[in-house]
Amino acid sequence: MAEKRIGRIVKINGNMVTVELDNFVVQNEVAYIVHGKERLKSEVIRIKGRLAEMQVYENTGGLKIGEKVEFTSELLSVELGPGLLGQIFDGLQNPLPQLAEKCGFFLQRGVYVHALEERSEWQFTPLAKAGDRLRAGDRLGFVPEKIFKHFIMVPFNLSGNLEVTSIAEPGKYNLKDTVAKLKDGSGRHYECFLRQSWPVKIPIEAYSEKLMPVQPLVTKMRLIDSLFPIARGGTYCIPGPFGAGKTVLQQLTSRHAEADIVVIAACGERAGEVVETLKTFPKITDLMTGRPLSDRTVIICNTSSMPVAARESSVYTAVTIAEYYRQMGLNVLLLADSTSRWAQAMREMSGRLEEIPGEEAFPAYLESRIASFYERAGVVRLRDGTTGSVTIGGTVSPAGGNFEEPVTQATLKVVGAFHGLSRERSNARRYPAIDPLISWSKYRSFIDEKVSRKGHQILRKSHDVAQMMKVVGEEGTALYDYLDYLKGEFFDFVYLQQNAFDKVDEATPQQRQVYVFNFIYRILEAEFALEDKEKALHFFQRLRQLFRGWNSAQWNSAEFKNIEEEISLFIEAKLKKQDQPINA
Amino acid sequence: MHKVYTNIIQIAGDVITVEAEGVGYMEIARVSTRRGTSLAQVIRLDGKKVSLQVFAGSRGVSTGDEVRFLGHPMRIASGSDLLGRIFNGSGAAMDKGPALSQNLVDIGGPSVNPVKRIIPNKMVRTGIPMIDLFNSLVESQKLPVFSVAGEPYNGLLARIAIQAEVDIIILGGMGLKYDDYLFFRDTLQKQGALSRSIFFIHTAADPTVECLLVPDISLAVAEQFALNGKRVLVLLTDMTNFCDALKEISITMEQVPSNRGYPGDLYSQLAARYEKAVDFEGAGSITILAATTMPGDDVTHPVPDNTGYITEGQFYLKGGVIEPFGSLSRLKQQVNGKTRADHRTIMDTMIQLFASYREALEKQSMGFQMSSWDNKLLKYGRLFESEMMSLEVNISLENALDRGWQLLAECFTPEETGIKKSMIEQYWPKTVVSR
Repeated sequence: MAEKRIGRIVKINGNMVTVELDNFVVQNEVAYIVHGKERLKSEVIRIKGRLAEMQVYENTGGLKIGEKVEFTSELLSVELGPGLLGQIFDGLQNPLPQLAEKCGFFLQRGVYVHALEERSEWQFTPLAKAGDRLRAGDRLGFVPEKIFKHFIMVPFNLSGNLEVTSIAEPGKYNLKDTVAKLKDGSGRHYECFLRQSWPVKIPIEAYSEKLMPVQPLVTKMRLIDSLFPIARGGTYCIPGPFGAGKTVLQQLTSRHAEADIVVIAACGERAGEVVETLKTFPKITDLMTGRPLSDRTVIICNTSSMPVAARESSVYTAVTIAEYYRQMGLNVLLLADSTSRWAQAMREMSGRLEEIPGEEAFPAYLESRIASFYERAGVVRLRDGTTGSVTIGGTVSPAGGNFEEPVTQATLKVVGAFHGLSRERSNARRYPAIDPLISWSKYRSFIDEKVSRKGHQILRKSHDVAQMMKVVGEEGTALYDYLDYLKGEFFDFVYLQQNAFDKVDEATPQQRQVYVFNFIYRILEAEFALEDKEKALHFFQRLRQLFRGWNSAQWNSAEFKNIEEEISLFIEAKLKKQDQPINA
Repeated sequence: MHKVYTNIIQIAGDVITVEAEGVGYMEIARVSTRRGTSLAQVIRLDGKKVSLQVFAGSRGVSTGDEVRFLGHPMRIASGSDLLGRIFNGSGAAMDKGPALSQNLVDIGGPSVNPVKRIIPNKMVRTGIPMIDLFNSLVESQKLPVFSVAGEPYNGLLARIAIQAEVDIIILGGMGLKYDDYLFFRDTLQKQGALSRSIFFIHTAADPTVECLLVPDISLAVAEQFALNGKRVLVLLTDMTNFCDALKEISITMEQVPSNRGYPGDLYSQLAARYEKAVDFEGAGSITILAATTMPGDDVTHPVPDNTGYITEGQFYLKGGVIEPFGSLSRLKQQVNGKTRADHRTIMDTMIQLFASYREALEKQSMGFQMSSWDNKLLKYGRLFESEMMSLEVNISLENALDRGWQLLAECFTPEETGIKKSMIEQYWPKTVVSR
């Protein structure tokens, strides 16, 4: 390394500091501001002649003109290795529990802790042997982490073919022990450890190809899986006004979605919600693994009162960790709540840089940043033939609940599914408040296409009739229109809506969804012998009540079968005679 | 000791620029003018140029006036000596008491580590059924009252403050009308609550910049009490004035505005204050109730909109009552399962029926035919409005629940309410008081 490059502060404006130095500067390199005993992390974001403009990841109060800044030549990076699962990090990957031990109640600035405990020991089993020729991302061995085989891989930053010159025997090693030695074509030697680091803003690309996302990712939320599905390796967004239930939706997804690992990026949102996640997840048993939910979760949290610059890095930290586990052949789900706060952080910085503002003062590069973030999702075939995936779901908090704003629009262009929450639906307490009339998905559902098309169609028809009824009243509406209206409402109430406080109803597995939707399909298609509107209303109210009970019954239990029988009989009695019985 | 500078090179709005050296960002200075002295805060450093916002405003500041840098950020005295006292927006005594300078704490301190917070779990009882029963207030919650100018939001805040079982009340007034300030003082005094209260008052006549300090000062003092195990209720009224002051300063500093002239960091600025609401693991708590007036009753205006994304729900005060639709307490689920077994049932049922009442009203006004069911709903709705919603009602949660059953029994048969059979058997009133 050359001599340390040192600069001096010449300007301070909020969390942006301008530094003058006589040496070269690297775009996006990390630098530390030396303020007395404190060292404050910052990142170079623009260079103008001898001036480097930097965003500071901490409160800048008390800094002075002329203070020393040390440049590191390193890009903002995260540590990757065993021990990430179950952790709670801030946006710069400092583990929050360890910070609390060190500093108490408050987050003191300038205090940084290693993301991974260096002295922790892991049982290493080698997979490669001396003489093997490997490439970046290939497996050297593995250590057990919670329920997973955590593969130790050739560092992603190495290029070309590498020869394994030695590899460690099976045994316990800590993060500072060398587990393998490699040699590249030009004879340079490298040492490998259980951990490696990677710059957050660059995607990890140590795989052979990117595949089309086709397999559905089951969230056990009926409205999503059946009508607006998500695919493994796909992307989706949830825009909605405040109070419509974005965060509750994300929390339910994080609990029930069929992914191996869930990375939660709480970006600029309420601390209270993070507290709920981090205090309850260790106590919830995951039905798929039988272990605490926290065992397969990583939480990155930069709540709304934490420094703004670190908010931007938090989403990148999260996606890098997700990509790392994908490299082990796992299916990872990244939930970012909320991407609008990340966009706002960009806007604040852009304002301080005095860039020419775009719409609503967001920077002109907003769209490309959002696009390149979502593009880090995907299913990939790794070099050993296995596949892994990163699925990204981001919430958007549009100003005034208006979806025409820049962040929502930029996001809609690049995602594969759109789950739009509406104030009307949440005011009517219809949860999840995803509006089926405006949402869409480009992915395929496990529900038969004919069946789901009928679902969409009846919802639209029902809405149209309801609108018409507002003008002409119930008495002015034809009975057959009124029946469609009732069918749509019925479908909404018993299938689309789900009770998050009911142990059974909160999560519906794929098999049950297929079964119940097919059952409902026959009701939607059926013609009933109902003489007038009052009788029709009464019939569907009773049906709704029966279905509610059915939804709360354990799948395939005796109770489930009894209620099904009861519903079938009830329906059959009202069918028009020429029709086949509903349960045929 | 402190260096004095006299070369003010620019005065624009309430921001002055002086040439100085060795000044820390966000540091406090004292500006001495012919009209007296004022505190000022460093908001930008550019080489030798130091920009400061002058709390008392720049009117009458001359380019030859003295600026003395104090070498520390804004600080405020804290501790029990403040109880019963009234201060202005920059912390100077407004009553006849002495100036205080013990236990000085920096304002706008760092945020709390989330792992040191606990999940809120204690209900704050207010005696207002629309809050206790339908949208319970929870200790450490941050909740604004959305309303329009002219609504009795200050009266509501004062009433909650008096009835809430908290140790300390801190009132932060921003752009408060002088008579509103007197109202708070007299009301709290009459109820004997003044001795556990502290006031930081910025009145509408005071300089705008001083308004910016009020939330930070109030919350810094509250935080010290909470760390010592006290349960503190902070009232902030009106946060829209605070946002307007932010707007004024940012425009003066030539920042690019984002939405209707408000600065792009409005969300972060508001969050930095509201997120001070906390329930500390092993210490006290801070609960924040704020008044947010919505210009033109528009909830999509940047101030209520950004607020709604930060706070844990909102009370919507309209027509002198707390509207059940539009009001929300996000934390109510944490407490309303532990009060009385019928709490959630009554809450859900009464609100659903009230929603049907509103539909029936609409039907009536459109001239459609009224069914017997519609007439039942109309009767119920009117009773609900007078016996539950009216802010004159002041009863405990238990009494409110009993009254709820009475209202239901007066208007409906048990089946019509859709309440579970087991609940009906236990709670449905045997006798109905007729009116």
